[in-house]
Amino acid sequence: MRKRLHKWRLISIFAILALALSGCGEPFLSTLTPAGEVAKKQYDLMILSTVIMVLVIIVVTVIFIYVIARFRRTKKNENSIPRQVEGNHKLEIIWTVIPILLLLVLAVPTVSYTFQLADVSPMKQKDKDGKTKDALVVNVRANLYWWEFEYPDLGIITSQDLFVPTDKKVYFNVKSSDVKHSFWIPAVGGKTDTNPEGENQFWLEFDSKGSEKVQNQFYGKCAELCGPSHAYMDFKVQTLSQDDFNQWTQDMKNLKKPAAVGDLAKEGEEIYNKSCIGCHANTANDARPEKARTAPNLANFGDRTRIAGILEHNEENLRKWLQDPEKVKPGNLMTGKYQKLDDHELDALTAYLMGLKLEQ
Amino acid sequence: MSTYAHKKGFGATIWDYLTTVDHKKIGILYLMAGGFFFLVGGLEALFIRVQLAVPNNDFVSAGLYNEILTMHGTTMIFLAAMPLIFAFMNAAVPLQIGARDVAFPFLNSLGFWLFFFGGVFLNCSWFLGGAPDAGWTSYASLTMEAHTHGVDFYILGLQISGIGTLIGGINFLVTIVNMRAPGMTYMRMPLFTWSSFVTSALILFAFPALTVGLFLLMFDRLFGANFFDVAAGGNTIIWEHLFWIFGHPEVYILILPAFGIFSEIFATFSRKRLFGYSSMVFATVLIGFLGFMVWAHHMFTVGMGPIANAIFAVATMAIAVPTGIKIFNWLFTMWGGNIKFTTPMLYAVAFIPSFVAGGVTGIMNAVAAADYQYHDSYFVVAHFHYVIVGGVVLALLAGTHYYWPKMFGTLLNETLGKITFWLFLIGFHLTFFIQHFLGLMGMPRRVFTYLPNQGWETGNLISSIGAFFMGIAVIILLINVVMTQVKNVRVGNDPWGDGRSLEWAIPSPPPFYNFKQLPLVRGLDPFWIEKMEGKTEMTPAEPLGDIHMPNPSFLPVTISFGLFVAAFGALYHVDGKDWALPVLFVGMGITLISMLLRSVKDDHGFHIHKEDFENEDKGGRA
Repeated sequence: MRKRLHKWRLISIFAILALALSGCGEPFLSTLTPAGEVAKKQYDLMILSTVIMVLVIIVVTVIFIYVIARFRRTKKNENSIPRQVEGNHKLEIIWTVIPILLLLVLAVPTVSYTFQLADVSPMKQKDKDGKTKDALVVNVRANLYWWEFEYPDLGIITSQDLFVPTDKKVYFNVKSSDVKHSFWIPAVGGKTDTNPEGENQFWLEFDSKGSEKVQNQFYGKCAELCGPSHAYMDFKVQTLSQDDFNQWTQDMKNLKKPAAVGDLAKEGEEIYNKSCIGCHANTANDARPEKARTAPNLANFGDRTRIAGILEHNEENLRKWLQDPEKVKPGNLMTGKYQKLDDHELDALTAYLMGLKLEQ
Repeated sequence: MSTYAHKKGFGATIWDYLTTVDHKKIGILYLMAGGFFFLVGGLEALFIRVQLAVPNNDFVSAGLYNEILTMHGTTMIFLAAMPLIFAFMNAAVPLQIGARDVAFPFLNSLGFWLFFFGGVFLNCSWFLGGAPDAGWTSYASLTMEAHTHGVDFYILGLQISGIGTLIGGINFLVTIVNMRAPGMTYMRMPLFTWSSFVTSALILFAFPALTVGLFLLMFDRLFGANFFDVAAGGNTIIWEHLFWIFGHPEVYILILPAFGIFSEIFATFSRKRLFGYSSMVFATVLIGFLGFMVWAHHMFTVGMGPIANAIFAVATMAIAVPTGIKIFNWLFTMWGGNIKFTTPMLYAVAFIPSFVAGGVTGIMNAVAAADYQYHDSYFVVAHFHYVIVGGVVLALLAGTHYYWPKMFGTLLNETLGKITFWLFLIGFHLTFFIQHFLGLMGMPRRVFTYLPNQGWETGNLISSIGAFFMGIAVIILLINVVMTQVKNVRVGNDPWGDGRSLEWAIPSPPPFYNFKQLPLVRGLDPFWIEKMEGKTEMTPAEPLGDIHMPNPSFLPVTISFGLFVAAFGALYHVDGKDWALPVLFVGMGITLISMLLRSVKDDHGFHIHKEDFENEDKGGRA
């Protein structure tokens, strides 16, 4: 038995080693490859707590292995009765006090970091027009099963792809327009629930070095069970340098009513105006109130990285989505909101939507 | 008087169990029903792991996956773990304190049948339009949106079985306070009794929070109230608080008796008195108390603000101290002992590293700022399976092997037991260890599938393979049970040879009155004390006399069945079905008339007379 136990321990050690060598997950998605101040702080806490905990585990394991190896019943001592020890005050005090001390070591940074991560005071400083003074604010609105990102001070609304400048704190107002979701960008930091009542605020910082490593794209996730397509409620984060970001905001603002190019796209525009415009918008400065914005903004749809947040961005997948959204994302709210499209209509609409791009 | 010492037919045995108020038989009922639901929940777990074995799998659909996931959690917590804990509390606690039964035998039976019918009702949802699909936590914003009756089955089913649990908890509190044998002071009670006592207190204070939450949700869903309707001024976060004010103590309700079972096993098979008994008792009480102070650590990301988060973080860390005390006390119970590695002892030994692993990740979760990353990721899934499987389930398996002889009078096969143990242990670590890393690699929990190329494929495949090890282990356990009962080799009072507490001083299984004469308790581990003085039996504390026993009753079944029927009426009333209201009234009628019968009928029980003992041959009937 003893041998077997040893073997088993060895195997588990190898398993851990193999895991460590195989890396820490994908850098665009893993909390173990932090690419921003918040995730780094959280990573530091993980390491600190892991070190303390491994310390505890080592002490327990040493005693544990010694005890089960040393005090086994054998043929020789089968009938011996061990001394009935009641306890030992000194030992008991030791293993009460030491854990308390270890926990204090952990509690201090925990409390300090918890307050640091909750510091959103810059987003409360407004100038006389009601705009935030120095901070970039993004309103995140979670919906069944898509994300809206509104830049209130810039007058831009976009969906599914979040654009942010690097090396700068970005402040988020997060809320939900239906059930509870949770806003999470694992590699950059997280996470905050989007509640149907009231807004939550927090900040993230996307560092440029980390962004380079992942070609300026991080994965975002919904982390709260929200229905059948919870697993598909992904979004992407595009990081830009401050200059590129300024350029992007300028382009988005200038994006007026899109002009459809080509006959097919023009036909698509007609279909869009007939069937889609009730929910979707095709300009970034959608002036409708929040309640009326019941579907993702499509202003820069042609530039997106994914169809419906999950499929590769190409015409084939867009057709597939438009033909039967339910097949792609079960339980989504687009299914059944428009009449069935025939093959030609699908082609036309696809051509039109793929043409909704920022001018380069 | 005709209820003992006869070989009975099948029908009579069934009737006997339907009407029994004997804690030992109720323990067996809990074991069978809890065991059945454990298999159901386990099957659901396997479906989950099959679905997640490879990316983009379509073994089950998204909606069905959410139903399976919800029912897995709900079944395992409410219908498997809790009843199995109650099985061992019923089987052991009255014997350990030297009592002839629990304080309220009728209520004991009622508690079981309420749980049973509540559980059956909940599982009826599978066949009636779909199971609940909002997670075992059933957060209100999602449940309010649910369009099937699944969530209503959840609400009503848990409400019914929750009453059963509450009744059971109160019963054990009163039993332990009032029914201890002469000399059995509080500080001489075995640790399993102590932990059952604290657990019962936790049930008493925690379940009402769940009841309130479920009532509010029920009013919202069935009668159009607006407690959780945000548009009408409701607030869904209140549900989260109510649920976790119940939900966190619930974790301790499960784990404390597990600690108790292991404490008994460590002492027995180390042939040593429990090290630091009084600090163990103190730690148990402290864990129970602190268990109520930390619920909001399940809600760090809700947006409570840094002050609340910091307070609950530090409070949560504090629980590590009494838990650590326990771990070291167990280690030092074995230290210097004479350890025999029986199957229960193997589980107990394996429990220490497994539970420590779950405990330390618990502390990591308590670090609020870092928990923003762990929360609702697979890291949390790994953590709570380490404490619940590595703690509670290992304890239940250990307890099954350890108390089997006392409950059934036969000893489970040790070889098969050890095979089960190794398969289960390996499968458990294989399944859940890797999930820590999946979570850290960004995998959210409760996803019905995942896209490829996110670095999660290998981990999920390993995890799924592990799950099947556990599945095979449980099948071998079932084979073991059947084989053992078919062979039916009877065992004596103290089949492990090293029994320390009172239950090992009487036959296995005990006669229905437990103790012919109440034993005199002279210290902790009373039977051990007598054995050390060369005796084989307890010294009686009273002369042989008449014993007063309760009559069996069928009413607990009808009371519970009435609520079961009424629940269908309440549920379908929302649809405007014509038959719904009558069914509701008929069901409530059955319950209320049964209760009335119970109240007006004088039932004084019966006496076993002194003379009967003189004619009786040894032992009772299994």
